[in-house]
Formats: sequence, structure tokens, C-alpha cells
Amino acid sequence: MSRNDTTSSLRSRLPGFLQGVDTAVVTAFACIVVLLLVGSLYSSSFLSPDYLLQQLQVGSFLAMAATGMMLVVLIGQIDLSLPWVITVGAMMSTAAAGWGPWGPVIAMPVGILFGMLFGLVNGIGVAYLRVPSMIFTLGTNAVAQGLMVVRTGGAAPQDMATDSMHFVATGRTLAGIPNPVWIWVVVGGAVVFLLKRTTFGRSLYAIGNRERAAYLSGVHTQRIVVLAFVVSGGLAAFGGVLLAGYSTKAYQGMGDPYLLPAIAAVVLGGTSILGGRGTYLGTVAGVILITLLQSILSIIQMPEAGRQIIYGVTIVSMLLLYGRSARMRT
Amino acid sequence: MSDFRYKFAEHRSTLLAAVVFVVMFCIYAGNHEAGFSANVVQTAANKGVLLALLAVAQTFVVLTAGIDLSVGTVFILTNCLASWIVVGSPAMTALGIVGVLAAGLVCGAINGAIVIFGRLQPIVTTIATGAVFFGIALLLRPDPGGDVNSDLADALTGQLWGGIPASLVVLLGVMLVIWLPFRRSMLGRSVYAVGSSEVAAYMSGVPTQRAKFVAYMLSGLFAAMGGLMLTFFTYSGEASSTNASTYTLNSIAAVVLGGVSLFGGTGSAVGAIFGALIFRTINDLLFVFDLDPLWQPLFLGVVLLVAVCLGSVRLLQIRNRLDFFG
Repeated sequence: MSRNDTTSSLRSRLPGFLQGVDTAVVTAFACIVVLLLVGSLYSSSFLSPDYLLQQLQVGSFLAMAATGMMLVVLIGQIDLSLPWVITVGAMMSTAAAGWGPWGPVIAMPVGILFGMLFGLVNGIGVAYLRVPSMIFTLGTNAVAQGLMVVRTGGAAPQDMATDSMHFVATGRTLAGIPNPVWIWVVVGGAVVFLLKRTTFGRSLYAIGNRERAAYLSGVHTQRIVVLAFVVSGGLAAFGGVLLAGYSTKAYQGMGDPYLLPAIAAVVLGGTSILGGRGTYLGTVAGVILITLLQSILSIIQMPEAGRQIIYGVTIVSMLLLYGRSARMRT
Repeated sequence: MSDFRYKFAEHRSTLLAAVVFVVMFCIYAGNHEAGFSANVVQTAANKGVLLALLAVAQTFVVLTAGIDLSVGTVFILTNCLASWIVVGSPAMTALGIVGVLAAGLVCGAINGAIVIFGRLQPIVTTIATGAVFFGIALLLRPDPGGDVNSDLADALTGQLWGGIPASLVVLLGVMLVIWLPFRRSMLGRSVYAVGSSEVAAYMSGVPTQRAKFVAYMLSGLFAAMGGLMLTFFTYSGEASSTNASTYTLNSIAAVVLGGVSLFGGTGSAVGAIFGALIFRTINDLLFVFDLDPLWQPLFLGVVLLVAVCLGSVRLLQIRNRLDFFG
């Protein structure tokens, strides 16, 4: 409580448009600047526009997953089925590419559709069966994995991305900026609109704060929860489709390295893991932060062991900076 | 008589898990080509004890209404550590074991300190510390390998007189020495109180911080025991991220199957052990009934999903719609 008082007095001295900004978001952006400076010490090309655009391109795959995760975290739940829903999106889109002459056209929508299907199952389990999302999404993750193992093991599947998928994930159509970055801008804009201007977005925050109260004030909480999971599944699968286009193929376990960064990006961006509080700008900051951190670690050729350690320590120390919950006494 | 009814209600989920396990194991052993032999039991016990130890580790934290997503990585870290230091003369080996268990305690203490004094959410904290623990494991064992005192390993994974699997006896011993006194102590009751309602516990003067800290430490200790046992089974250490995440997820599944509520405050470690044994036996049953290995992950996933949905039967008894949002 006292922490907020000191920041609010500081905040009143800021220009008007900055006063509404979250402390967490500001800290996250400050950390991004620090990372950029650290990176430029190692390599002079680190600050070049081309390199930074490339980082944004790589980051946009994570951004899709993190955006979906954020919606779910906002309602106080978590989606641990993300790794294999990403893989499902990638595998089903490449598979659909082989279905007859229309294959390449329907490839991307099919991938996303399967992701939304898993999201629907998650949502029904969490909203209507009242199973804790942590355990239910673990279950759907295992089912998704099992389905993909059966699918790829049963018959030799088509796992090559179509040319259009490759183009969407790597091409640069407008202003020399990679396509995925534009997609991120569009998706991000849509989510900001959703969160700020629609009843759906407001309901997400309300449910995250107290589902019982949201229900009593007339929100169809269960429908909203299902919808949040469907969007999350669709976005995760879309990230998988882009990833498949980027690496030109789909493979087992391609989503596994994304769970931790997606949760970390959301939480580092100031979204409360308990739900009800957070801004999309924060998630953008979180994604950039994680992407830069990963890129610096790979530039200095840090071995995997060191990466994991630095990664964990950074997340904990940043959260200790600004992600602490209130003391019980108050 | 009424006292008996309360006792029964308290242990109902544990008893249910035990009965389910016994039935499943009988089906398994009955259909195994070697029958109900000591060797079949020994193999099953050795595989089951690993997950059982991790399930107990998970239980301590889940009882406080937290979750420990780092149990799998502590398990792998201590496995890698043990493959270095649990070797040589009996004295050296003993020291090595103490070192491994201490490492587990330290991991748990770090988790606990961050959650309690850093006031961060357990789920995020343990994801992050899990990454750190796994990094250290990779430093210790970049490639699989190492060694362990094979006399001790053989003794602890073999059979005692009468064909009783030694690993089960170890598990029983550990539970008698640690879980029982813990459950009956003031601290043990405090852990349950914290899990039921931390605010209420705090207001009634329960040492909430100490209780949570001890729960995280014990979690690390049991995960380290699991790592130690893994080293005894494999004679080596391996920093496998797949194993780490599989064991973490399965420990949560085992806890749920064993009737420990993820909302905290109810359930017992004994139930979690039976939950772990049930989960292992499902695997073995698939093997005995010759299910195509390709379909096994899917089947396990569906079983897990159905198992966690069973709890929603209670929704049918709800009269007031508001209770939905409990």
C-alpha cells in the first residue's frame, strides 16, 4: 500500500499522458533499454534497425502465444496446454496443405481452427466442469500430444509448410517491415480494442477480480471464460502456423520452448497472475524483454546451462522489483 | 462410533485411492505373463516409488494452497549431483547422500524464501527457479554419465528376505520417520490451516510463514530423495528436460488422483502415494494389454482428463448457483 502512495506522488509530477501508465510497464521498458545498452556493448550491429526488426520478427511468434496467455491470465486462470496447441496448429496446417487442390488455401485457417477447438475444450472444462485450469489444461496438453503422436506415427504426414505460409512468416511486404510484425500490430490492436472498448474485455477484468461478483452483476461469466480460452487456443495455434512457416516445417515438441517465455512475458509485463489487472502494453514489453534477453544470451554464445540460470534469475529478480503481492497484515 | 465416522470421512479419498490401486494392480499382475511374482512386484515398486516420492514432495506445497512446478527439476538436479558424490567408501557415500539431501533442502528453502519473503506467486516463482535448477543440473552433467555406489544401489533397489521390494521399505520408512511426525506436529497442522485459509490462520496466531517455509523445504527434501533413488536405479545422472517436465506434471496428476485438493488444506501424502502408484499402474496396464505404444500418450492424457473431471460430480449437488464460484 505504502509503495503505491510514494509512486502516486511521483506520478502526479509526470506529464498527463504518462500518469495512467503502470509502474510495471515503465520498469519493463526501462529494463529493455538496459538490455539494448548491454547488447550494444557486445556487438555494434546490435542497435542496427535491421537486427532489431529481425528480433521483433522472432518475437512476434512468442507474442501470439503470450497474447492468448494474457487473456487467460486476466481471468485468473492459466493455459498450460500452450506447447502442444502450438504444435497442433503447426502440424494441422501443414497437414491440411496436402489435402487436395484447396489444401494450400485452407492450411492456415485449419491450423487455427484446431487450436480454437482445444481452447473450447479447455474453456468447457474450466468454466462448466469447474476443474482448476492448471490441471485441466495439463490434461488437454497431454491429449494434444497423444493425438499428434498418433497422427505422425500412424502414417507419413505432410509436414512441409506451404509457400504462402513461408511468405507470411518471413516476407516483407510493407515498408520493409517483416510480415509477422505487421500481424502482431494488427492482433495487438484488436486485443487492445477488445480489452478497452468491449464488454468482453471489461468482463475479463471483472471475472479476474472476483468471478462471483461479476456473475452477480449480470456477466455471463462462463461464456466469457470459454471465449477467452478459445481465443487463447486460436492465437497459440496461429503462433504455431507462423512458426511452421518460419522454419518451413512442423515437428514434434516445437511448442515446448514457448510455455515458460509466454508466461514470463505476461507476468513481467505487469499482468497479475491472479487475474484482473494488466495492460496489453505490458505484455508487449514483456515479449520484447524476453526476446532481447534470449538474443543477447545467444550472441555471447552462452551455453544452455547458463541461459537457463540467467533466465530464471532475471525473471525472479525483475518480479521482486515490481511484482510483489501485498503483505497480509494490510 | 461417531468418532469412527469422522475418521472415515477424513480419510475417504485416501482409502478410495488405495482400493482403486489394489484393484488395478491385481488386474495388472493377473494378466502379466510372469504372474504375481516377486520380480513383477519389485519392478513395479521401483518405478512407482520414484513418482510416489515426487507426489509427496508436491503434496507438501499443494497443502499450503501453492504449487511447486520445480519438483521435477530438483529431482533431476539431485540425480545429477548424486551421480558425482554418492560414490567411494561407505563414509564417503554417506556424506554424499547427506550432501544430496541438503541440496534438495536448499532448493526448497530458496523456493520458500522467494514465495514467503519475496511475496511472489508460487507458480511463477517455481517456474523460474526450476529453470535455474535445471541450468545447474546441465552444468553438472552436460552429458549423461557418472557413477553411484553400486552396493548401496543394489541393496536399495533389490529384494529383501521374502521377496519384499527394498524400495517400498525405504518409502515406508521415510513416511514413518518424516510424514507421520509432521502430520501430528503443531507445524503439520499449521500447514493444513494455512492451506484452508491463510488469513484466518494468520489471525488465529498460526505461524503461517514458518509453516509454509517448512512445507517448501520438505518438498525439496522429498524431491531430492526421488533424485537419489533415480540414481540408484540408473547408476548415472542425466540432465533431461523431458524427464523433469514429465515428472512435474505426473506429480500433480498423482496428487489429484490421490485426493489432495489443489485449493489446499485437504488430503494426505499417503493418498498422493496411492495416486502415484495408480498413475504408474495405468502405464503398466497399457503394456500388459498390448496397446499400440503409439496410442499410449493419448490414452494416458484421456485418463488424466477424465480423472480430473470426476471431481465435477459434486456440481450436481449444488443448490445455489452462486456456490459454483466457491
